[in-house]
Order: sequence, then structure tokens, then C-alpha cells
Amino acid sequence: MSETNQQSATTEGVNQMAMMEPTSSANLNEPRIAIRNIDFYYGTNKALKGINLDLPARQVTGMIGPSGCGKSTLLRVLNRMYDLYPGQRAEGQAMMDGDNIIDPKVDLNRLRSKIGMVFQKPTPFPMSIYNNIAFGVKLHEKLSKAEMDERVEWSLTRAALWGEVKDRLNAPAGGMSGGQQQRLCIARTIAVRPSVILFDEPTSALDPISTLKIEELIDELKSEFTIAIVTHNMQQAARCADQVAFFYLGEMVEVGTATQMFTAPREKRTQEYITGRFG
Amino acid sequence: MSATTHMNDLGSPHSGLPGTNQSKVAAALGSRRKRSDLIAKALCYSATTIALVVLFAILATLIWLGARGFGLHVFTNVTRPPGSGGGLLNAIVGSLIQTFLGVIIGTPIGLLVGTYLAEYAQGTLLGNAVRFVSDVLLSAPSILIGLFAYQILVAPFGGFSGFAGVAALAVIVIPIVVRTTEDMLTLIPNSLREAAVALGAPKWKSIVLICYRAAMNGIATGVLLAIARVAGETAPLLFTSLGNLNWSVDMTQPMSSLPVTIYQYAGSAFDDWVQLAWVGALLITFGVLFINIIARVVLRRRS
Repeated sequence: MSETNQQSATTEGVNQMAMMEPTSSANLNEPRIAIRNIDFYYGTNKALKGINLDLPARQVTGMIGPSGCGKSTLLRVLNRMYDLYPGQRAEGQAMMDGDNIIDPKVDLNRLRSKIGMVFQKPTPFPMSIYNNIAFGVKLHEKLSKAEMDERVEWSLTRAALWGEVKDRLNAPAGGMSGGQQQRLCIARTIAVRPSVILFDEPTSALDPISTLKIEELIDELKSEFTIAIVTHNMQQAARCADQVAFFYLGEMVEVGTATQMFTAPREKRTQEYITGRFG
Repeated sequence: MSATTHMNDLGSPHSGLPGTNQSKVAAALGSRRKRSDLIAKALCYSATTIALVVLFAILATLIWLGARGFGLHVFTNVTRPPGSGGGLLNAIVGSLIQTFLGVIIGTPIGLLVGTYLAEYAQGTLLGNAVRFVSDVLLSAPSILIGLFAYQILVAPFGGFSGFAGVAALAVIVIPIVVRTTEDMLTLIPNSLREAAVALGAPKWKSIVLICYRAAMNGIATGVLLAIARVAGETAPLLFTSLGNLNWSVDMTQPMSSLPVTIYQYAGSAFDDWVQLAWVGALLITFGVLFINIIARVVLRRRS
């Protein structure tokens, strides 16, 4: 877990970072995950080309870019979701705690307990609100009933949902509103106590008020968790992210602090995208 | 082709030029469409009526002829020679045992095969082969399955037995459960599986704890279908458990069952046997109906 350990493990990939150094990264933390030269293939189709990116610890990295640019693919590399589908493979390095995430020898279940993911559409399990949260916790820990109650309350509180559901924890989760379901999915993810949370367009299926709640939530969660969020919404990236990365056609065109990316992008393509000229 | 052009014109009334006979054409087409709609509707209604009439005729005959012979003796007496007040107790119990065991044995196998097809073998050669064979088995004549069970379980062991009957019924259950399980699991969106896996669940846990739960209603319906199907199967039992006119719950001996008893009694020359055959048919029909209703109520309460 120590950061020094993590740094030494990532130095070998750092020379490839040289080209992205000029970023004013003064207010970005040490990287929690260091992505170096990641290539990704759907069969023979190369979807990611030599991605280099640091996810600063306890900060939010926003990933933007037009559809099909590879940003969601990169998220699915980080928790090895692509392993579910034969024919998909990644090459390169994504270092966390001294291990390469995409090493075939990695214990996937343990990896996914450390790197949680929230999806585009809310996916409540067909069970009670309480059990939706207990499901993930039970996979990794043996807790007494009292400890589990405590964990459920803690995660629902962190997800700003406790007040709304505390009286109906045994009600089926499918009966909640879309925004509540998505917050339940966030609660479920943090209940496992990961250190990184990946958000894959978490608000694209939600109304503006639910979106606002999720964004506020992300802002609060970053005090504890390292967060990466894929979004199609430029304002969302500007509101939530400390660091923003712009992807285009499988390449990462540019990365910088949110302020720098939205006020003074260095690349012409970034500028054109954020001003809405394509994408 | 010209009809579609006109229809498009009708969609935007302002596109017509003044002075054309468009309104006349529209009126003609409109009445023609109404006419064909009427004809289609009439065909649908009459087809539905025919199907319902046949169905109700069967049910009415069944109730009319079955209810007459209904009485406590049906449940307390075993089958007896004609004219001596026999019942169906041995046949009822035999059917319950064989159906129950057949479903108990066939369901887990079918469930696992269906799971294999939906979760592990999508698009693989072996998966497609298994699916094909299962579908062939699903539509295979049940007498064939009876002959098969006879050949491997009756002939070599020198006698008809309840076990052989159970095995034949289980073979009928398997493809039904395979098909419904696979269909129901395939309907579950991948996002649900990914959500479980993203929490660090191994694949088998996401299947057992999430997918089965989500597909519960459909899978249970498949099992019910299987129960309904095997409860009424005659052919596979003729060569396996054979039927037994005496009371017997010994699985190594020939065992009575309702369908086989109906088959034997309905064709007999004795009025009281024919009457009991109708009672037996009524019992099967309402037994299956009852199981269906109970299961549906239970499932609805759960979800």
C-alpha cells in the first residue's frame, strides 16, 4: 500500500511520461494508478494505442472524448472487466501497489475489491436494498450481523441515501427511482471499501437533479477514494474533475488539470472538442 | 408500390396540389384499409373462438364424465377387478412418486446444462452441439424415450420397475428445463453480470446468487411445464414401470401410474373402469392446474 513502493515500481515506465511532463501538475497528488503504454484490442481491432496516464490519489480524473474514443475501454482495463469476453486483451502496464493490473496472474476478485466500478445504467440486484450492499461485502469479509448493519449504514450514508431508505432496507431495490438506484450502486461499491472507484458515465441515464446529487457525491468521495469518471458531459468534467484527459480515436491526446484543459488546451483537437466543434 | 406512394401523401395533407382527386383516392383507400382491417380482425376472432371452443369442449367433457364417478373411494381404494368398487389410490400415489422423482432428478441436470449453454458456451461449437441435441430430445416422441429406458434399464435388469419409469420421465424433463433455463438466463442483461463481477464476485457466484435470482420466475415456469408434461406421459411408462394393479411403492417393482391406468381402463369393456379412467384424467388435469396456480401465487409473492 505504501506510496514509495508504488513509485519505485512505476519508474521503469516513467521515461515514456516525458512528453506529458510540462502539465502544470503542481496541485495533483501522487499517482494511485500509473498507466504506461497500454494497448487494447477487441479481436484484431486496436482500440487503445499506447495510453500513458496517472490517476492521482484521492482526486478525480475526468475522461472525455467522442463516442468510441476508448475512454470506457480504458476503465474496463483497470478492473479487468474485459476478461469476461474472450478475444479482448490488453498489453502494457497499469501499476498499482507495485503490481501490474493487467498481469494474467493477478487475482481478479481481489483486484476488483480494490477497484470498484459504477456503470452507466443503474444495475440493482434483484434483492433487498440491504442485501444489495451485503452481497459485495460478504464476498470479501466475514462480518457479524451487527458489523454488517453498521457497514450498510455507513455506505448508504456515504452515498447520501441513508435518510431516504433507512426505513425500508428490506424492500426490493428495483422499486427505487433511477437516481436512488444509482446511489445504491455507489453505496454497494464503496461498501467493499475499494481504494479506487471507476465511474462509467454514471449520470447519463439520470435526470438533472439526480445528476447533481451524484456529482456532489463524487466530490465528497474523493476525500477517501481515487476516482476516474468517464463522461460525455463537458460541464460535468469541469465541475467534478481535478485532472482531465481527452481521448480521440484510441489515443490520449492531452491530459492536464481541469482548469488548464478547459481554459488553455495545448492541442487543437482538444480545443475543438471542448468547444463543441466535433464529437 | 403505388399504394405506398399514396399512403405517404396521406400522411402530409398539405402536400397535395389543389384540383387533384386526392381526397377521393384517400377515401377509397381509407375504406379499403378499414375493410382489410375488419377481415383480419374477423379471422383472428374466429380462430381464437375455434381454439377456445375445442379447449372448453375438452374440459366440459372431462368434468361432465369425470365428476360423475368422483368419490372418496377413488382415493381410498386401489384398482380392483371390474365390478368390485375399485379406486385409483395406487395409480395416484405411483404417479406422484414417479413424477416427483423424475422432476427432482431431471431438474438439476437441466438447470446445469442450461446454465452451461447460457453462461459458458455461447457461440462455441460444443455449446451449439449440446443445444441442438437438447432441442432434438425436446421434440423426440416420448415413446422413443420409453424404448430407450426399456433397453438400458428394464431388459438388462430383467424386469419392469418404478426406477426405470422415473429415469424415462427424468429424460423428458431435462430438455424442457434446459431450454427455459437457457432462454431465461440469456434474457438477463450483461450489465447485471458485470455489476456482480465488478464487486469481485467469482463467475459462479454471480450466476448462482444474481442470475438465478433474476431468472427465478422463468426457470420455475420451465419446471412447472416439465411437471405438467411428465404427469401426463403414458408412452415412456408403458415400457418401464408398466403399471401395477396392486398397491406397491417398491421402486424395484412395476409401479402403477394414472396415465397408464387411464390407457388400460379407457379401452376396457367395463363401464366402471371407463368411468375411473375419466376420473383419473380429471385428477391429472386439475392436479397440474393446481400446481401451476400455487406456484404462480408463491412466485408473485416473492417478487
